[in-house]
Formats: sequence, C-alpha cells, structure tokens
Amino acid sequence: MQDVVIKTDKLTKRFGDFVATNAITLEVYKGEIFGFLGANGAGKTTAMRMLCGLSKPSSGNAVIAGYDVYRETEQIKKNIGYMSQKFSLYEDLTVLENIRFFGGIYGLTNQQIKTKSEELIARLGLEGEAKKLVGSLPLGWKQKLSFSVAVLHEPKIVFLDEPTGGVDPVTRRQFWDLIYAAAEQGVTIFVTTHYMDEAEYCNRISIMVDGKVEALDSPTQLKRNFKVSSMDEVFYQLARGAKRGD
Amino acid sequence: MKQFITFVRKEFAHVLRDRKTLLILFGMPIMQILIFGFALTNEVKNSAIVVIDYAQDEASQKLISRIEASRYFEVNKLSTDHHQIEESFKAGKVKLALIFPQNFYTDLMHQNKAQIQIITDATDPNTANTLTNYVTAIIQDYQSDLNQSASLPYRIIPETKMLYNPQLKSVHGFVPGVMALVLMLVCVMMTAVSIVREKEMGTMEILLVSPFKPLLVILSKAVPYLILSLINVASILCLSVFVLDLPVNGSLLLLFAESTLFIITCLTIGIFISVRTGSQQVAMLISLMGMMLPTILFSGFMFPIENMPKVLQLVTNIVPAKWYYIIVKLIMIKGLGFSAIWKETLILASMTLFLLIVSLKNFKIRLA
Repeated sequence: MQDVVIKTDKLTKRFGDFVATNAITLEVYKGEIFGFLGANGAGKTTAMRMLCGLSKPSSGNAVIAGYDVYRETEQIKKNIGYMSQKFSLYEDLTVLENIRFFGGIYGLTNQQIKTKSEELIARLGLEGEAKKLVGSLPLGWKQKLSFSVAVLHEPKIVFLDEPTGGVDPVTRRQFWDLIYAAAEQGVTIFVTTHYMDEAEYCNRISIMVDGKVEALDSPTQLKRNFKVSSMDEVFYQLARGAKRGD
Repeated sequence: MKQFITFVRKEFAHVLRDRKTLLILFGMPIMQILIFGFALTNEVKNSAIVVIDYAQDEASQKLISRIEASRYFEVNKLSTDHHQIEESFKAGKVKLALIFPQNFYTDLMHQNKAQIQIITDATDPNTANTLTNYVTAIIQDYQSDLNQSASLPYRIIPETKMLYNPQLKSVHGFVPGVMALVLMLVCVMMTAVSIVREKEMGTMEILLVSPFKPLLVILSKAVPYLILSLINVASILCLSVFVLDLPVNGSLLLLFAESTLFIITCLTIGIFISVRTGSQQVAMLISLMGMMLPTILFSGFMFPIENMPKVLQLVTNIVPAKWYYIIVKLIMIKGLGFSAIWKETLILASMTLFLLIVSLKNFKIRLA
C-alpha cells in the first residue's frame, strides 16, 4: 500500500449555475508524477486551485498532504510548492534575491537559505549568473530556476501548472530531468500540460472533460484501453466529446 | 515577522532598482515645489493701478509721485469716478486701486493719523498680496520720512480690501497643495501599480499559495511607500523652509502625524484600486484620472472652493486631499494645534476606515 498524499472525494466547485469541476475523485501517491490533463476550459485550473487551498470547494472532500482543504489550508500551503504557467519569479530581482525572498516567505532560516541557494545554483550551473537579474536569463533557465525555487522549502507536493509552455524540446527534456530528480527524492509532482509527449513521462494521468475526470490510469494502460498507439489519440477521443471550450 | 521583513526588503529592492520610479518618487516633489515656488511667483513689475485722489493735497500728491516713481507700478489713470474702479477690475485691466479720502493731509496733520484704502483683485492672491505689500511699503517709507521732522508720530493707516477672495485662500497654499498632490500620486498610483504588477506577472498566485498571509502581502506592499512618502514630506518641508522661507508655524510632530494619516488614506485607495483592476495600465489610469484630477480641481489648492457652484462644493467634501490640505494649511501657516483640526482629522480617519473595510471585503471576495 503506497502513501496517499492527495485524496479527493467528489470534489466539486460551482460558480452560480456553472459547475467548473464536477465530483472529482482521485488519489495521488507519494513520489508519483501525476499528469493532470484536459482541454482548455475543462476545469483543471479550478481543481488545482482547490487542491492548493486557494479556493474553497462547493462540496466534496479533499485531503492534501494529510490536511483538510476546508480547515487546514495554512498547513497545506506550508507543504506544497507551486509553479504557474506564467513565469513566476521577480524579473527585477537577481537570482540570489529571488531565492532569498521565496525562502524567506516560507520561513526558512538564513542559514538554510544560504546552504540551499548555494546548492541550487551549483546544481543548475548558474554560478556566473547568481548576481544577475532574472529578467536577463533565457526562458529555459528561468523555468528551471522557477521550479527549483518552488521545491526550495522541501514541499511534499509540487503543483506545476503548464510549466513548459513556450520552451524548446531540449530545454523541456532538461526540465523533466529536474522533475524526475525531485520525484526520486519522494516529492509528489502534480502537473498539468498540453504536450502529449510530456504526458507519456508521467506515472499516471487523468484526463478531464467538461469538469469531470473521464479517464485515470498509466499512459500505457490508457492506450491499451482505448486501443490506440499514442496519447494524442486517447486525448482526442475523450476531448472531442467536450461541449465546453474556450 | 521575519517573513514580513523579507517581504518589505524585496519591495524596497523593486522600488530602488527602478530608476524611473525613483525619479518620479523623489524628483517630482522637488520639481513641483521649485516650479510653484519660483516660476509661479509673481515678480510684479509695471502693474497697472488706479489712484483715486479725493484729497488732492500735498500729502496725496507726494505719495502718488512716489508710487509713480517706483518700477512696480504704472499709474496709468487718475480717475475720480468711484464706479469706474469695479469695471476696471472686472475687465482685468487693473490690479490695484488706491483711494485717498478727502482731507487726507489735514487728518494727518491734525489728528496725526489718516486712512488710505487699498483695493486689490485677489482672484490671483499671490499678485494681490505682493502688490499690497509694495504699496504699503511705499506708504510706510513716506510716513517715516514725515516722522523724522515731527514731534508726534504721524500714522497712515492702510485699509486693505481683497476683492473676490477676501481671505486670500491660496496664499502659500501651494506647499500644502503640493504635499497633498505628491502624496496622492506616490501612494495611490505606486501602491496600486505595484500590487497589480504582481497579479499581472503571476507572482501574486505564488504568494497566495505560500503560507504568507494575503493581508500581510498587502501590508508589506504598503510599508515601503509609507516610509518613502514620509521622506517626501520631510524633503518638501525642508525645501519650503530653507529655500522658500516658508516656516512651519505649528507643531512639526502634529504635521507628520496628520501626514501619516493621509498617507494611509492614500495607500488604502491604492489598495482598493489594485483589488478591483487587473492591469497596470488600468490601475495607472484610474489613479491619474480618478485621483489626481479631483485632487487638483477640488482640494481648494488651485481653485478656491468658495467660488464653485454649490453642487461642486458638495463634491469637494468627498475628496480626501481637501481635508488634508486644510489641515496642513492650518498647522503650517496658521500654526494652530490639534483642537483646531480635530474635525478634519476625524473626517479623514473615517474615510480611511471606510476605504479599508471596503477594500478588505473586496480582497476576500477575490480570493474565494
């Protein structure tokens, strides 16, 4: 029996008459890379916001890293990391200042921040850039840095919202190396993406259509179930039935 | 607390790294004070004045010739018709009228004192004031010449009448006015923009996901601007005291306390704008159009509120800058204490409280 770090039970969010996410039930295990797929407007972002404690569910239950999404959002926030599709570091601060700032607001001590930032800069090979403004770095580096900052406080779960948008395939591959390394350390990765090759990198994936989770399994199993040869086709078969779009 | 300090330090880094912001922040107040203080001072030369001489005696003739001799005035019309004065004033042809009563010299000689009337067009209070001062200086000059040979002192008593704006509402008013304007601009616009920028860049999401409390995010955004604005208040005051010779007559402590209150009001407005808008441009536009314009138009700093239509006079009441402007004027220029301004302070404080509650409510709605 694996450790369950995310457990949702009929998690639902309504905005007036509109049901953004409809009774989502899923489990994510410790150290797993979980792909959270769906077309635009399927309700991924809403679901993710609830899991992060940013938005209160209308009904249903969810336990994140052992904490309840209704009552223990503060505890949840301490135990998760987050990286959004928009680039999420401060461009007018240097690499070191960004690390120091995010370490600081997660309550790390100065000593911790110091050792961790040295470690991080060495791992990413940014020694020459540590004192440069983040805005001057190429996008791929920014994103790697952004991810490293998101796991700086050693969260149990990292939520990645389309982290590799607009990045070339080589950099994307390198980015996924970082994700694998984090997962090996026992960090659970919860990632949304539109790239089907990335979906193949995940241990398991769920596909959302019109607010519901329509499929949940490993990529291999999903392809077998749908009797197709690629994730693209699995996704297409499910998503073309969607009524909602942009 | 340590998290809070980390955050405030980061905010300072944002501000101090941005040259343009810094320039606006500290350059603008200095520029404005200097422009208002020097460029707009009316160095009065060759101003047209009318003299109405009912006395036509030795003393009046002598005084008139002295005035004519000075480079400040051009006595271009010696009229004896009382009604013409008002028309000339209305036409804007004349800035000042000097009226000698009948028996000017006799009064002076026999009663040792005589009156003289000075009427000025006070729609432009600075000019009016300067002209009056010049005229009285000439009169006093004449008076002291007379007194050199006299056993009993002669006194000429000028009776000054400021037409259209009897209280000279905006004399020296520009320093309090600039203070209100600068604080409004810095606090409202900069706070609004800096919070909205986080939303636009997507960093706000990261902050909200972190254990850092949303309320603290807002608070730590406000702290740097509070400090910077207080520095601005200090630099404006220094300029006005040391460069413009306009002293602070009242309590400096009280002035700073009231300024802090007004800064908090402005910060709250900035926060409110940022909660309701999604882009830096919109935030900037709203701050400029929605805050700067009313401040300039309705605070009483540029345009006397008394001269406005009743409806607009009512509108001025909801402009926070108006109250701050009154407070600063009373403290700085009239040197009054808290007992004179408690009402204005109360109004300002309740505005702040109201805005604070409204923006916090809105902020929570956005989070849900």
